[in-house]
Amino acid sequence: METSKVIHAIYTDDDVLMSAVKKVKAEKHHIEEIYTPFPVHGLDKAMGLAPTRIAIASFMYGCVGLIVSIVMMNYIMIEDWPQNIGGKPSFSYIENMPAFVPIMFELTVFFAAHLMVITFYLRSRMWPFKKAENPDLRTTDDHFLMEIAVNGNESELENLLKETGAVEIKLIEKEEAH
Amino acid sequence: MYTISNKLKTFSIALIILGLLGVGYGFMTSHKSFEDVETMLAEETSHHGGGHAEEATHETASHDAAANENHAQETHGEGVESHSDAHKKHVEHVQHQIANRPWSALYVAAFFSFMIALGVLAFYAIQFASQSGWSPVLFRVMEGITAYVLPGGLIVLAIAVASGTIGHYNIFIWMDPDVVAHDKLIQAKASWLNLGWFAVRGLIFIAGWSLYRHFARKFTIAQDTSDDNSNFKKAFRISAAFLVFFIYTESIMSWDWIMSVDPHWFSTLFGWYVFAGMAVSGITVIAFVALYLKSRGHLEIVNDSHIHDLAKYMFGFSIFWAYLWFSQFMLIWYANIPEEVTYFVTRIQDYNGLFFGMLVLNFVFPFLVLMNSDYKRIPWFVFMAGIIILVGHYIDVYVMIMPATVGDRWAFGIPEISSIMLFAGLFLFIVFTALTKAPLIVKRNPFLKESEHFHY
Repeated sequence: METSKVIHAIYTDDDVLMSAVKKVKAEKHHIEEIYTPFPVHGLDKAMGLAPTRIAIASFMYGCVGLIVSIVMMNYIMIEDWPQNIGGKPSFSYIENMPAFVPIMFELTVFFAAHLMVITFYLRSRMWPFKKAENPDLRTTDDHFLMEIAVNGNESELENLLKETGAVEIKLIEKEEAH
Repeated sequence: MYTISNKLKTFSIALIILGLLGVGYGFMTSHKSFEDVETMLAEETSHHGGGHAEEATHETASHDAAANENHAQETHGEGVESHSDAHKKHVEHVQHQIANRPWSALYVAAFFSFMIALGVLAFYAIQFASQSGWSPVLFRVMEGITAYVLPGGLIVLAIAVASGTIGHYNIFIWMDPDVVAHDKLIQAKASWLNLGWFAVRGLIFIAGWSLYRHFARKFTIAQDTSDDNSNFKKAFRISAAFLVFFIYTESIMSWDWIMSVDPHWFSTLFGWYVFAGMAVSGITVIAFVALYLKSRGHLEIVNDSHIHDLAKYMFGFSIFWAYLWFSQFMLIWYANIPEEVTYFVTRIQDYNGLFFGMLVLNFVFPFLVLMNSDYKRIPWFVFMAGIIILVGHYIDVYVMIMPATVGDRWAFGIPEISSIMLFAGLFLFIVFTALTKAPLIVKRNPFLKESEHFHY
């Protein structure tokens, strides 16, 4: 077990937080994590996080859904149990295709949406009964918490954070499992 | 203030002149004599066995087959006289279709350019009614485009009325008293579908749209120099009222000016369908004009987030259009009621490539190309996607009108291309002249600051 020191700075306003993030980044300090009660627009860009790839994942899930619906309707309506619906007993996939389009649409959306949410949870390491990671319960209500790595420059960092409008600054010894 | 460049002015006037020449040529050459058509049809039939002119044969195959069948039946029944009778009828029918072509080509191009302006007018009214914060920097661009509503609408109506008075009922067969006399279904609709009431309705619609356009423009210009928001509030009020007027009149207009070319056929969501095409074409043209003016160093405060938003609307309305296209198609296909399904049968038989091709251009292509968020901010990318969308929606209008007027005698030649040139020139000239009449950015709009700082 190794211990590392971090500073927890607490803010009470998202605009103050945004300008603080920009200042801290400009001073070349490493922001480990930020806990917010709601998504703050543009925070990921200000922190310098890599752009999300969830849209690409969603597109691929949509394609999977589309293929599943095509294969599924072919099996159900053409191969396994052909039915004469609306006087169209052609039993040919392509000739019955317009009737399957709503199903294709629905399954595409269903797969894209559900798998995207599941991917998002897994990627954020969230699952049922998981112990919450946020270090301060107030970040689920109306406070914003910035976690910054400390490498022997505590006092300098604390002064900087005070300037940016942090209402609370705490030095924390964090246990890390490596 | 923006001034129209000489290059653009010359270009649009050249388009108008070339277009007029081509349209004139189209009308001059469309009157084939009975014998000409007879020899033409005979040649087409003789090509059946031969290997060449495959396309022509393909196009007319079903037609000829039907004609031959007719011939056979008639000959079997009553001998030589009725055979020549059916033959004469068929030749006259084709002769009429050939004469219809320049009229229809002109009408399709006129309607297409007009629907762009009307779509922009509706989009413009929505911006006021919803009090959007992103769009005020684009208001003058939209006002420039909507300047075409009045002339464009009058031209469409004039062509429609002229086809039933000067012409030989070349677009709307219900205008032909001879046809109506033998058609019970049209007789039942005659209280609505008659030339006088058709023209009056059209004038009322155009007057309503133009009045809204006139006053909304007047209020935004007055707002530039006023010291309170009263003009903005007035614009908001008339926009909300206009949208109610618009959705009724646009629906009725789409029945009158498009759906009635097939007077037996009807579709209850046709007004929406036409509106979706209108909106997506209009928004595409807003993006084009904005990009053009930006590339000439105007509209500095229009940033790539505004272009991004326009591209999002292009993407969204393309999907909306496809949704309505499919809703209309699937219900009719599934119900399979003869008088309804005939609309699609004609289009799939005689216009197969165009009918399904425009579905690819108008839905699949914009869907895949404009899906990526970053691409929607790249001007040339939006431009290329917009070109595809405009081509697709021109074909959409083409496939709505042509099957009813020229049947399988369609082609894409001088009448069509010169009609497009004529109306493209007229559109550019009117729109860019209107843009010179007022500063390109509104002033003192209460949402202007939000629009200037708009970012995604």
